[in-house]
Parts: sequence; C-alpha cells; structure tokens
Amino acid sequence: MSAKIRKIVVVVEETREEMGREISPPTRRAAALAVIANPFADRFQDDLEILMQIGEELGQLLGDKAVAALDVDPSVIESYGKAAIVGEGGELEHAAAILHPRLGKPLRQAVEKGAALVPSAKKMGGIGTAIDVPLGHKDAAYVRSHFDGMEVRVADAPRHGEIVVAVAVTDSGRPLPRIGGLTTAEVKGEDGLR
Amino acid sequence: MAVEVRKVQTTVEEIFHEGGPPAARPLLVGSVAAVIANPFAGRYVDVLQPYMEELKPLGLDLSQRLIDVLGGDAQRIAGFGKAAIVGGAGELEHGALWHVPGGYAMRERLGDAKAIVPSTKKVGGPGARVDVPITHINASYVRGHFSAVEVGVPGAPEADELVLILTMTTGGRIHDRMGGLRAQDIKGEDGLR
Repeated sequence: MSAKIRKIVVVVEETREEMGREISPPTRRAAALAVIANPFADRFQDDLEILMQIGEELGQLLGDKAVAALDVDPSVIESYGKAAIVGEGGELEHAAAILHPRLGKPLRQAVEKGAALVPSAKKMGGIGTAIDVPLGHKDAAYVRSHFDGMEVRVADAPRHGEIVVAVAVTDSGRPLPRIGGLTTAEVKGEDGLR
Repeated sequence: MAVEVRKVQTTVEEIFHEGGPPAARPLLVGSVAAVIANPFAGRYVDVLQPYMEELKPLGLDLSQRLIDVLGGDAQRIAGFGKAAIVGGAGELEHGALWHVPGGYAMRERLGDAKAIVPSTKKVGGPGARVDVPITHINASYVRGHFSAVEVGVPGAPEADELVLILTMTTGGRIHDRMGGLRAQDIKGEDGLR
C-alpha cells in the first residue's frame, strides 16, 4: 500500500545576515513535508508494516524534493534530519514506524552517502502543530558546526486521522559557527561519527 | 563572566499507556530547563568558546536535578537529549554554546554514557517551545528509544535570555514494536550499536 498523500509542502530558508553580519554565501536549508492519511487511526494495530512501507516511499519522495528545492547536486548536501507529527487518532509508534526502519536508506541515496545517523524527532499534535527537525552532518555526527534544527509546520495539518512527515536537508552548517569542535575539513566519514 | 540564572523548571511525564497495553512500570520522561541571561545579546561577539567553561557547573547541576526528579537512580536512565532556545536579541550560535557543557555533564552524571547526545536549537520568543530529540544513552541506533519531548518555559526566553534544556527518560517508547537494535543487545563500545 502506498501513502495516501493529501498535501506536500516544501520550504527553503536562506540566511543572508545574522547579528548584523553578512553570510556569504548564504546558508540554506530545505524541508519537504507530506501530509498523509494514517491507515491505523482510531484503533490499536499491532503490525505496522504498512507504515514502514510508507516510510520507505516518503524517504525517497521527500528526500528528492528537499534536495531539488536547494537546486544542488546531491553530493553538496551537508546535513539532514527527519521528523513526524501524528494526529490525535494515532499513536507515537506510528511515527516510529514511518521514520526508523526504512526511511533512511532512500534518503541517504537522495543525498549521496550519509554515513551518520539521521537525527529525528516525533510528537503527537493537532492542526498547525510545529516540529523542530533536528539536523546533523550527514557523514559525521560529531561535526559541531552542523548541530542545528529547523522548525516546520503545515498550517492545516495534521487532522485527526493524518500524519505529517518531514525531511530536512542543508548545504551548510549554522550561519556563523565559532564554538570549535570537529570541523567539516576533518571529517573522515567512515564510522558516521567523526 | 558569571552565569545568571533567572529560573529553573523541571517537568516529569509519567506515561502509563498510549492506547495499547499498559506497561508494567510507567515510562518517565523528564526535562529540566534553565533560563539564563545571554551575556552576548544585542551585539556581535566573535569569541564565544570560553563561556562553555562557565556553563559546566550549571550543566552538572541540571543533570543531577533531572536524575533526582526521575527517582534518583542514575542506573535507571536510558535515554537523553538536549536543546537551547535563544531569545530574540541573540543569535543561533549562542545556543550552540550548550553542546559541550550540557552533553558532557549528562555523560558524567550517567556514568560515562557512550552515545552522542542528540540535540536541536532555535531562536524564539517568550513561551517558544522546542522538540528535544531523545536517543539511548549508550547506543544511538537503539530503535525503541528514538523519541522526542516538547519543552518550553512560559514567559521565556526574553530577548536577552537563553533557555538551556536537558532531557532524560527511563526507557524507550511506551509501545515500542519497531524491531531493530534492542537495548539488551548493545555492545556499547562505539556509542552507536
């Protein structure tokens, strides 16, 4: 069964200035969100296989859309994250089924590589609920300049029987990173950590 | 540069079930948030790193408070996360100051936890809330422990304040059934598996 999608929203943030300082080139991040019907709203369903399949499908769809929104080669993507908001007819585990077992693989294909864990968040929420998608470097989780988050929302979702699924990517870290730690230049990119 | 704390808020969620079978022992999800003055508000300050050292005692204090409100037994803590909300007169980078003092304090109080502490950050007005990601303290890939908790302090951050947040849990999601790496199968060497 494929996802029953009501709506897709894509948002791009381009930061040109922070604290009066010009950011050149601007830091850019994009999120792609799908509003889908929750096939298991209003009942306890033990086997969530269908949601895992939907996660795989959305990993590709939203990954490709987010990368396309930045209009860059997939290899240029530097960090990523994922999140889901479950409408009140569902349960938190529905978000887990979409996000964790299978969404990561197609997302990693969309950004070319991705040795690091895809950071994630999930919550229950009503219409218009916002969620902070955590962001981390795609090949080395300890790159300190890329620890970040992007708040996203869909104004009219999730309704009672819906789930909002979000994927976020960037082509840069924070606007003016200066708290040290592992830098992108030092990344080995083998173990996903450093 | 002293750390000026205006307020500390602790929250504990005790979760019995979420529509499925009630757990034998309820899941506890705790958070602690400190509202502090942002010493760098209102102007661009280039050198920020020394302030991480100043924040270390606060990190240790908040970690201990959190363990205490979750029952006082550090051995029971299974998941963690951290976050920061920067008031309007600050910049995102000020929130990044919390990574080292927040993360290392929790690791220390939890007996050298192996995994990276998941995090997020944002700029926000009074009452802004943030979704703090949560993962297992010794192995980031434990699938049942991937979670998050929404945290906010009413009335904070004011423009020249920071809200610094830590979270801990006593277990995975209440109806975890997504398979993957299980907590009992952790090797606990690389922080991942």
